[in-house]
Amino acid sequence: MKVGLFVTCLVDLVRPNIGFAALKLLEDAGCEVVVPATQTCCGQPGYNSGAREVSKTLARKVLAEFRDCDYVVAPSGSCSGQMKVHAVEDLFKGEPEEEEFRALAEKWYELSDFLLAVLRVDYTKLADERSIGTLTYHDSCSGLRELNIKAQPRVLLMDAGASINEMIDCEKCCGFGGTFSVKLGEISTRMAENKCANIRLSGAPMLVGGDLGCLLNIEGRLRRTGDETTKVAHYAEVLAGMVK
Amino acid sequence: MEVRSMHFKATASGKLNDAVLQGAMKKAKGKFVDGRAAAVAEIDVWQPMRTHAAALRDLTIANLDAYLLEFEANATRRGAIVHWAESAAEANDIIVRIARDNAVKIATKSKSMVSEEISLNDALDAAGVEVVETDLGEYILQLAKEPPSHIVAPAVHKTKEQVADLFVAAHHKPRLTDIPSMTLEAREVLREKFLSADMGISGANFVIAETGTTLTVTNEGNADMVTTIPRIHVVVTGIEKVIPTLEDFATLIRLLPRSAIGQTVSNYLTLTTGVKGEGDLDGPEQMHIVLIDAGRTKLVGSDMQEMLRCIRCGACMNHCPVYQNVGGHAYGWVYPGPMGSVLTPTYVGIENAGDLPNAATFCGECQVVCPVKIPLPDLMRKWRERQFTQQLRPWSERAGIAVWSAFATRPTLYAWSTRVAARVAALLGGAKRRITWLPGLDGWTDGRDMPAPTGKTFRELYAARRSGGGRLL
Repeated sequence: MKVGLFVTCLVDLVRPNIGFAALKLLEDAGCEVVVPATQTCCGQPGYNSGAREVSKTLARKVLAEFRDCDYVVAPSGSCSGQMKVHAVEDLFKGEPEEEEFRALAEKWYELSDFLLAVLRVDYTKLADERSIGTLTYHDSCSGLRELNIKAQPRVLLMDAGASINEMIDCEKCCGFGGTFSVKLGEISTRMAENKCANIRLSGAPMLVGGDLGCLLNIEGRLRRTGDETTKVAHYAEVLAGMVK
Repeated sequence: MEVRSMHFKATASGKLNDAVLQGAMKKAKGKFVDGRAAAVAEIDVWQPMRTHAAALRDLTIANLDAYLLEFEANATRRGAIVHWAESAAEANDIIVRIARDNAVKIATKSKSMVSEEISLNDALDAAGVEVVETDLGEYILQLAKEPPSHIVAPAVHKTKEQVADLFVAAHHKPRLTDIPSMTLEAREVLREKFLSADMGISGANFVIAETGTTLTVTNEGNADMVTTIPRIHVVVTGIEKVIPTLEDFATLIRLLPRSAIGQTVSNYLTLTTGVKGEGDLDGPEQMHIVLIDAGRTKLVGSDMQEMLRCIRCGACMNHCPVYQNVGGHAYGWVYPGPMGSVLTPTYVGIENAGDLPNAATFCGECQVVCPVKIPLPDLMRKWRERQFTQQLRPWSERAGIAVWSAFATRPTLYAWSTRVAARVAALLGGAKRRITWLPGLDGWTDGRDMPAPTGKTFRELYAARRSGGGRLL
């Protein structure tokens, strides 16, 4: 089974560790993983800024890069939503390329969904060696509302021995919103602060999520407000035993 | 109403630091969000009902002309006079003329957002008519000389202490701070107005084509007083409010109060059909129904048409994390929250809407709770696309997108530039590996650190490991 890894632009630039964690999880499960070297971005920042044409150009680029793969997997609900939902339902809807993008959407999975639904991994055997401990989980909006990513990461984490202290409003947006976090930074910061308050209330020493954008936003606010101890990690890092 | 949407960012900033408002918003959130969730859970066919309601609204809008004419015919048959107003100004002219022709001195009003759209109170005021808002929230705001901050709970941003001060100034009575006594005091003041008004003005949540009925949902019963006591009843509403049958109303009313404030049904459903008939004890001698376009027909057949489904429940704003933090006034026009971010550019022009289409993270909660399934994020994105193509966004943002496009579409250039960026950012991050200030990204770094890259990109590290041969890890 040939699996293409869509690394995501944020992981590539800011936290490559998440990419390697995803790679390890896939390879451990027996996948032949390819990582097309020319990949850059799914196009979502442009799409949500109104630059529709360039986001289509980038979507075509992604399509071509992963044409030979049986599956495409991304450690992000946000990029996955862009390719699985927006490319098909909006960008190429009614156009000659729609079918090709529909086919790409069919074989494209968010990482936790792929591990559970396609690879059917059993992480109960990891429970002893990982000693993950207690965490609280933030549901990222695109994964949750566009792709129904809710139970998957939790099941994987709990199988691997994690104990989850759910925070209040775990489904509430953290305020990242891509360029929103810069354009309307003050509102974005307040939303991040609300999230941080709920993380503190949960009492968990670690915040885990599935989208690096949200994680950077939340971590940035935690550190700015003097919290040096709460760990912030992608679930792939946790599952792979690669939390830094 | 004056448009102040272009000042969204600055106004929102003030609201974030307004402790009184923040307290009021937190209180309201529990009622709106938890209340709705509980009321929706009562109905096991909630999702199919949403689908049905969306289809019903779409079908009605697709045949808007036919249903409006049917409504006009049936309303006329029952003695009402239907007026068609293409613009806000025309609507005001019609209503002012009715007031003048009938020597109206006092008009009582039940809640109407359309009347806020057209600034009806100002027009009547200029014509010498005393207008009295009778919805308690609207009454409070009339005393405060403020516009509503919410379409269902207009004074949600006010605390009872603020209201107590307003009542002392207006009623010249001892200051009360327990809500039932305050309500009673307002009731006494309003009772006189109800009985002395010449004209009653109401909005309409729906108008029903098959019966010629206009319909108002309230919790205070004030619409009953406004529509039955004065000799003239004026209904002012948008043309998209028409629904085909009473049966359709039965569907929509199961969705509306639940979505709005978690109520199974509102305390009052006021249905008015025509004028006082022979032998009737109550009812107006004249009934005027002013159907307002003011930009609505422009939406029919456009890529924004889905917005006309809206039944004005306010669930989108109640659940919007941006609205929850900044309140309704920041949005600068009649309709706050996601619905406002779509409607304001539609009705007052995209050039006047400023940041509104961008005042969302696209978290999608609004779309999930909308009882008629309006894809609000998609519609906001369409406005962003228009802002982009019409070059209405700041140059820095446009330059940012241009640079990003140039690099992201050229893999070699991208690989090289991210290599450099990862190294520079790692240096900037220092020992603590976080950036505390970055020019151009101060929107982020004003309130948050930026966790710094580790120095090398994934693609570099991956290439290096692959050249080492074999499995990577």
